Amino acid sequence: MTVESTVTRGPRKRAAAKKTPGGQPDLVQLLTPEGKRVRPTKALAEYAAFVEDITPEELRGLYRDMVLTRRFDAEATSLQRQGELGLWASLLGQEAAQIGSGRATRPDDYVFPTYREHGVAWTRGVDPTLLLGMFRGVNNGGWDPTTNNFHLYTIVIGSQTLHATGYAMGIAKDGADSAVIAYFGDGASSQGDVAESFTFSAVYNAPVVFFCQNNQWAISEPTEKQTRVPLYQRARGYGFPGVRVDGNDVLACLAVTRWALERARRGEGPTLVEAFTYRMGAHTTSDDPTRYRHDDERAAWEAKDPIIRLRAYLEAQSHADEAFFAELEAESEALGKRVREVVRAMPDPEHLAIFDNVYADGHALVDEERAQFAAYQASFADGEDK
Amino acid sequence: MAVKKLPIAKAINESLRRALDTDPKVLVMGEDVGKLGGVFRVTDGLQKDFGEERVIDTPLAESGIVGTAIGLALRGYRPVVEIQFDGFVFPAYDQIVTQLAKMHARALGKIKLPVVIRIPYGGGIGAVEHHSESPEALFAHVAGLKVVSPSNSSDAYWMLQQAIQSDDPVIFFEPKRRYWDKSEVDPESIPGPLHKASVVRTGTDLTLVAYGPMVKVCLEAAAAAEEEGRSLEVVDLRSISPIDFDTVQTSVEKTRRLVVVHEAPVFLGSGAELAARITERSFYHLEAPVLRVGGYHAPYPPARLEEEYLPGLDRVLDAVDRSLAY
Ligand SMILES: Cc1ncc(C[n+]2csc(CCOP(=O)(O)OP(=O)(O)O)c2C)c(N)n1
Repeated sequence: MTVESTVTRGPRKRAAAKKTPGGQPDLVQLLTPEGKRVRPTKALAEYAAFVEDITPEELRGLYRDMVLTRRFDAEATSLQRQGELGLWASLLGQEAAQIGSGRATRPDDYVFPTYREHGVAWTRGVDPTLLLGMFRGVNNGGWDPTTNNFHLYTIVIGSQTLHATGYAMGIAKDGADSAVIAYFGDGASSQGDVAESFTFSAVYNAPVVFFCQNNQWAISEPTEKQTRVPLYQRARGYGFPGVRVDGNDVLACLAVTRWALERARRGEGPTLVEAFTYRMGAHTTSDDPTRYRHDDERAAWEAKDPIIRLRAYLEAQSHADEAFFAELEAESEALGKRVREVVRAMPDPEHLAIFDNVYADGHALVDEERAQFAAYQASFADGEDK
Repeated sequence: MAVKKLPIAKAINESLRRALDTDPKVLVMGEDVGKLGGVFRVTDGLQKDFGEERVIDTPLAESGIVGTAIGLALRGYRPVVEIQFDGFVFPAYDQIVTQLAKMHARALGKIKLPVVIRIPYGGGIGAVEHHSESPEALFAHVAGLKVVSPSNSSDAYWMLQQAIQSDDPVIFFEPKRRYWDKSEVDPESIPGPLHKASVVRTGTDLTLVAYGPMVKVCLEAAAAAEEEGRSLEVVDLRSISPIDFDTVQTSVEKTRRLVVVHEAPVFLGSGAELAARITERSFYHLEAPVLRVGGYHAPYPPARLEEEYLPGLDRVLDAVDRSLAY
């Protein structure tokens, strides 16, 4: 695993954004790890235009999103450690990729996440505590996807990319100008479903953005175990553009996703965005990364932390003062506290819920089994009374 | 290696090690089976000792894993593939059902498909969805596949040896919630045939039939019933395709009552097949209808409800009571 392979190294190279033969930059970056704005080259200009007139207030908003999302994630991780959650899949390190791309969407767009898109959910206005039900084991989904156009988490790797494509095909049929964004990981790029979603979306010119967060690992397997070419380059073989963006640069993620969604709305079909980022924690709380990766790898990526980077920029530009950061700190604590309280108070489901919603129109066998189960449970209650 | 007490996961590990050691054509393939040693550590240390050419970390693509294993088998290898969890076998289901199961017959018996597909299955570990299912009936229903599930370390060790040596594709269901249960393994003992059921407790009043994770529950139920003066016989089926009906029949004709227990939904499950066959074979011996205890016709529930969904001691004993009441 070569950590330094693709993210640019020296300040000069960074500003110049290396180019691939097609005139595309290898990596779209608008904010350096040191928190300096990159002067857009010709190759970057097309993307940079999408954040050209971003206001200090919007920048503070992105910062706030990332900080609160990280706080929420940290709270969920500790709740898992305390036995309140059965499992947690942390997004630590991927805040910029998620907030940047999520904030590029419109309310009428539709989002298809995996199981790690807590930051995207945040940008869609989903109450974060709703995300915890399935990790606590009280439900297998837990929210109405149509409320915020934020689909249920998908655990089977890659499946949702086809759902996203079909949804996008529907949008096109309706003549609407909404778009769809589908999230998946570098590991998922190996799945047949993902390849098929590329094919379908290209053939039907579906308004869908494939947003691959390449966090370098699929559990223990590095990206090299999934592909020999940079993932964004795959798009070309299907006939649509692929762009690699610095996934730890919230501005670049916002710009590139806006650009891709805009293309989709204009009827120009799918785009593959590869957000080059890093999973700073374990795959999930059940995972043990010490078995397959070195600490120095994480250290190298910590230097590219998306939150520190934006803070440096905000401070250097005097876009945010101490009061802002202090207020945000307090808001973070309040969020953590609320999440803790809500989770601890989450009741176990009624036993008979096993039989709820198995069918929309009902089913004789389910009714029969429900009645048997109820009678069986009642037999214990009777016994206790006597 | 002398007789050892090993957890099931470790017994499987030792069994894979032995197979890799004795036959250079044996390969282990799957997601995370290398450095990580699998998410349950069942393949721990194998890549270190046998190298990346024999213990292969595959791309995250189940159809690809099984499809390429078929090709490797056609080329003379004996791949043992790991599907990470029960619910993730379905991307590969097409390859398993439309290709792996039928190729031998289509080739007039001229080619062999010695592929073993290991699947940790079943619930009881508090996991999120797709990590607790029991899809064995979906595979047993397909001609051309053999389906087995050990319930203890010795069987895990030996049945895997036999599955790898088999020239037929074998779906090897591992009871994941029993991975850490220890029992004795004798690597020198000569085991019985792969598809033979075993009577793991003798009794006279009723026969409990189970396999995989439910064998332990049935043994506990039998022990509890004994305190109430009831003598239950427990048969560990071991193989779900084919099923050793003879052993079950012999037991039932002695006890005259049968309760089948599995985690999978009862409807159209392996218990239904047992009920039908035993009713056919032993109609005049039965004192009660064959009863089944298992999962419901509902998606596997979230973790906080799985204890209600899974057959436990009480539900098994309740069925025993009902059978004995006839
Ligand atoms: C079809 C399928 N196979 C295996 C798994 C088990 N599994 C869960 S997450 C994961 C790795 C996913 O890696 P990647 O797609 O890169 O996403 P990341 O979790 O790194 O964001 C695996 C193998 C699964 N959920 N679904």
